[in-house]
Amino acid sequence: MDPNIPDIIFIFVLAIFVGIEVISKVPSMLHTPLMSGTNAIHGIILFGGILVLADADSTLTQALGFVAVVFGSANVFGGFMVTDRMLQMFKKKKK
Amino acid sequence: MSSTIAYIIIGVSVLFIIGIKLLASPKTARIGNLVAAAGMLIALLTLHQPTGDYVWSHGWTFNYTLIAIGTVIGLIIGAIGAYSVKMTAMPQMVALFNGLGGGAAALVASLEFTNPDHEISTFIAVSMLFATLIGSLSFSGSIIAYLKLEGKFEKPMTFPGQNILNGLILLVIVGLGVYLTGHMNTTAFIVMFCLALFFGVAMVMPIGGADMPVVISLLNSFTGLAVAADGFAINNLAMVVAGTLVGSSGTLLTLLMCKAMNRPVTNVLFGAFGSGGSAQVGAAGIVGTVKPIQADEVALLLAYAQRVVIVPGYGMAVAQAQHSVRELSDELGKRGVEVQFAIHPVAGRMPGHMNVLLAEANDPYDQLVEMEAINPSMDRVDVCLVIGANDVVNPAAREDKSSPIYGMPIIDADHCKTVIVMKRSMAAGFAGIENHLFYKDNTRMLFGDAKASLNALIAAVKAN
Repeated sequence: MDPNIPDIIFIFVLAIFVGIEVISKVPSMLHTPLMSGTNAIHGIILFGGILVLADADSTLTQALGFVAVVFGSANVFGGFMVTDRMLQMFKKKKK
Repeated sequence: MSSTIAYIIIGVSVLFIIGIKLLASPKTARIGNLVAAAGMLIALLTLHQPTGDYVWSHGWTFNYTLIAIGTVIGLIIGAIGAYSVKMTAMPQMVALFNGLGGGAAALVASLEFTNPDHEISTFIAVSMLFATLIGSLSFSGSIIAYLKLEGKFEKPMTFPGQNILNGLILLVIVGLGVYLTGHMNTTAFIVMFCLALFFGVAMVMPIGGADMPVVISLLNSFTGLAVAADGFAINNLAMVVAGTLVGSSGTLLTLLMCKAMNRPVTNVLFGAFGSGGSAQVGAAGIVGTVKPIQADEVALLLAYAQRVVIVPGYGMAVAQAQHSVRELSDELGKRGVEVQFAIHPVAGRMPGHMNVLLAEANDPYDQLVEMEAINPSMDRVDVCLVIGANDVVNPAAREDKSSPIYGMPIIDADHCKTVIVMKRSMAAGFAGIENHLFYKDNTRMLFGDAKASLNALIAAVKAN
């Protein structure tokens, strides 16, 4: 199935503006965690790896697809965990 | 695409947007991360084929076993990386994860592009080539950024005509890309892939370690765009939305970071510090001498001060001294001294680096003051304790028009009555610039490892 290109570009353009808008006011102390959090979100590339590997039909594509899945999985899981660990540090101090 | 999938994707996109939004505020940041993670989990469980079938309801084949094994291996690598990394090394870890994401994006696009079963339109071909190019560039660039932050070849590597050579490589890459949109040629594709990997290295190599945060942020947004392009190519809207959000917010974040350092982004990427000659920069116009001081004397100054401001920097991070800093500030607090921390937006290796470290040591939030807030009152501070910070307190940024850091906002440590600089040696800071502060009349240098010096201070303050 071919994607409906105008629809997809429409979503793409709107997402650009949303991305800019949501972080327009962020204190500098949160720059690192924010970068780390968005880093985890692009770990969604794991899905791409899964879809490619699911259809792989040669040893080479299986091997490369497998590497893509490992990379994507490390990106998404590691990304969220490392962000959470950073943000744990920001919790309110107990008296 | 069935409407159920469409609704799920809308829901997931909303979770991502809310997640990022919450991440941008200190109180809600942790929840924001969890919200985004929840969105990711839902998207993973409902993952569908381009045809609209759910992936997980397919018959289980050998490939699915590979998927499961690969995901678990990635999960383990990610978990080990995330939980074993020291707080000081967080930035490197982010760079590494980002590089892996970029590599995955490049592989996915390559495999789709070279798949002979697919009849692809020009739009899809361009998306795939774009994802391959940006993904592999992000992969190799992130690895170099990681190594630089690890302390390998920190110094900028430059040679004459570098920007021209890089421009030529880029031109060849783009040329190959244009050719490949019309003709499938595996050799040309592999050449383009390798050139893109090389370009990532060539792009990051000339940039000094101090600018790595900006580079990582930029590569992060690159990976986002590559993922979005992959989403175009395999018709997965969740990937398009997530990738684009990261791409655009990452670009803005990069610009915000540059703004915090008061340097245009082009300056960072095409090397202002890159000129690094052999001689130390900015040594001209220095008057005065370096005056060392002993810990006992500093302890006296601190114990009888009314207001003390601590300026932490990367030196505190490497010495793992944040807990000792906390202990010292508590000890002074008990004696009625008002202690504050002045946080420069780019102190350390990453914006927010110092906040994370001090928060780890349980320093109360309200003691951490941002640069703009504390500067106006710096002349009423008795003792300013600079712990392992250098460029962010260099008055050359204010006074010396020829200095490479001229115009960068700094913490006005030199306005305090007494400045104590804790430093390992007289080596220049990360930017390789001589620090005028060390030669000021009201400055004293306390040499030694930050943690050892702090512990000596704590003992001496207690004894007073």
